[in-house]
Amino acid sequence: MPINPIVSLFGRSPIGPMQQHFAKAHECAANLVPFFEAAMAQDWEKLESIYQEMARLEREADKLKKNVRMHLPKSLFLPVPRSDLLDLLSVQDKVANRAKDIAGLMLGRQMMIPAALQPQMLNYVKRCVDASAQALTALNELDELLETGFGGREATLVQRLVEEVEEIEHDTDRLQIEVRRALFALEKDLPAVDVMFLYRIIDWVGDVADRAERVGNRLEQLLAR
Amino acid sequence: MSLVAEYGFVLLVLACCFGFFMAWGVGANDVSNAMGTSVGSKALTIKQAIFVAMLFEFCGAYLAGGQVTETIKNGIVAADAIPPDLFILGMMSALLSAGTWLLVASMNGWPVSTTHSIVGAIIGFASVGVSTHAVNWAGLVPIVLSWVVTPFLSGLIAFGLFKSVQWLIIDTDDPFANAKRWVPVYMFLTGFMLALMTFTKGLKHVGWHFTTGESVALAVGVGVLVASLGMLLLRRIKHDPEANRSFQFASVERVFAVLMIFTACSMAFAHGASDVSNAVGPLAAVVGVIEAGGDMVIGGKSPVPGWVLLLGAVGIVIGLATYGWKVIATIGKGITELTPSRGFAAELATAGTVVTASGIGLPVSTTHTLVGAVLGIGLARGIGALNLSVVGKIISSWVITLPVGALLAIVYFEIMQLVFL
Repeated sequence: MPINPIVSLFGRSPIGPMQQHFAKAHECAANLVPFFEAAMAQDWEKLESIYQEMARLEREADKLKKNVRMHLPKSLFLPVPRSDLLDLLSVQDKVANRAKDIAGLMLGRQMMIPAALQPQMLNYVKRCVDASAQALTALNELDELLETGFGGREATLVQRLVEEVEEIEHDTDRLQIEVRRALFALEKDLPAVDVMFLYRIIDWVGDVADRAERVGNRLEQLLAR
Repeated sequence: MSLVAEYGFVLLVLACCFGFFMAWGVGANDVSNAMGTSVGSKALTIKQAIFVAMLFEFCGAYLAGGQVTETIKNGIVAADAIPPDLFILGMMSALLSAGTWLLVASMNGWPVSTTHSIVGAIIGFASVGVSTHAVNWAGLVPIVLSWVVTPFLSGLIAFGLFKSVQWLIIDTDDPFANAKRWVPVYMFLTGFMLALMTFTKGLKHVGWHFTTGESVALAVGVGVLVASLGMLLLRRIKHDPEANRSFQFASVERVFAVLMIFTACSMAFAHGASDVSNAVGPLAAVVGVIEAGGDMVIGGKSPVPGWVLLLGAVGIVIGLATYGWKVIATIGKGITELTPSRGFAAELATAGTVVTASGIGLPVSTTHTLVGAVLGIGLARGIGALNLSVVGKIISSWVITLPVGALLAIVYFEIMQLVFL
């Protein structure tokens, strides 16, 4: 029966699709580690293929995002405000966007990372991807949050997970300062334009961690009722 | 008088056929709304749901359906303002009208309240076909009020039930252990509530009478029995760490699924008690008048015969067996977002409200009451997404069903008058 009142009463819950979306977004961001490793090894073919993979993942994430938005009409009654969910979705998407931007720029400029900088840079990138991974762990608690009504013990657990994201992001801030300092020591010996773009890449990698932290914060907002 | 003398037997047989047809419609169309939530939340398989429905719809209809049937029989039409010939033909047209509307709606996939159809039809033939004085307008007020109140009431109860579940079981350090501890209490509640309403208000035509005290004691006994049976079933549920890895409440939900078996029974029981009257109420009215030889006063006061309720119960079961099971399967596939911890609250609240209303003799729509219960749980932040537009659709279906039922009844009434008078 197409419009049986009981069946049509239940709408499609956005929670599962939102979790799927961020899983895709994080997958895209996680590719940054092999990407940087390939860049440091100057393996251009591998770089190209990883970039294509990241672009594909980012496109799929966009599709999932559009899908979630289309299934959230105003007449849908949700356990949390609709605007909060849509904001969370936007911020989730930005993580993947930034990761793809980084890969695109580095590939386009065939960017070479100075050898002295490489270990620190790789460490920094890994830590930023950690922030995104931790945000994913927190977000995966969304269906448990629904089960417990967005309160109580589960909410406390999620708050702790989000605090860990914030700690990791703090860590990446510290690592960013160190990388910039290391680059500052080398910059006079390197082409100026390349150095500027290197600084931009360092900023953008930090952005990935920032945006992951924002995902955590938006998630916390859902609990604040 | 002449009508009864000439055609009494024919009319009786015809009325039985129409009543049976309507009961079949209820079984084919409406039972699915009562059982859909159990199948959708995967607490019951379709086969189990059909079995439960057959058994408990029958029990509810036969054991507890008497009061509402009484209301449909006597409470809407003023027996002294209408001659027996017109009364008999009118009630039969009401049955035909509601049955036809049910058939048309089923074929087109429109949701229709069988209760509203039959009440609209009766009002229609009485007010337009005879005179506006033929309708007991004062008696209608509590009925219409109950249509608005029952969804709110079941919503409130479902809200409370779900909040209690969250407080006692889900939001605790060991949800699984607490589930095993507290779910038997809910099982007791289910059995107790149903038994209480049945013993106090139903069973009159079966010939059993209980004082209030006896009813309460018996109900407690039934409740304890149900809870014990439930605890036996629960023993088999073990904590499953594998299932819990992806969703940590998976084992807890399995415990609630056992509870849902009992609430599914209660839903079928409540629905049978409430909706059998839609089919056999008019039939009982006709039977009463014919057996009193055309005397409206005596016919009005006569109790609902047991065999009439039996006919209705059988009709519902056959409707379920022939067509209803398909609809249950379809609905079950459509409801995927309802987990047992929510489903049981919706079902228990609905069954409780409907059985209480039926006990008082108020005909209510089980479907709308269930919608109210689900919305109540949604308000407690228990459900991922609910389409509020359905509320608007339900209200507009009220606006359509009552006049259509009335109109069809008037048409059939005129036809029957031409044939028989």
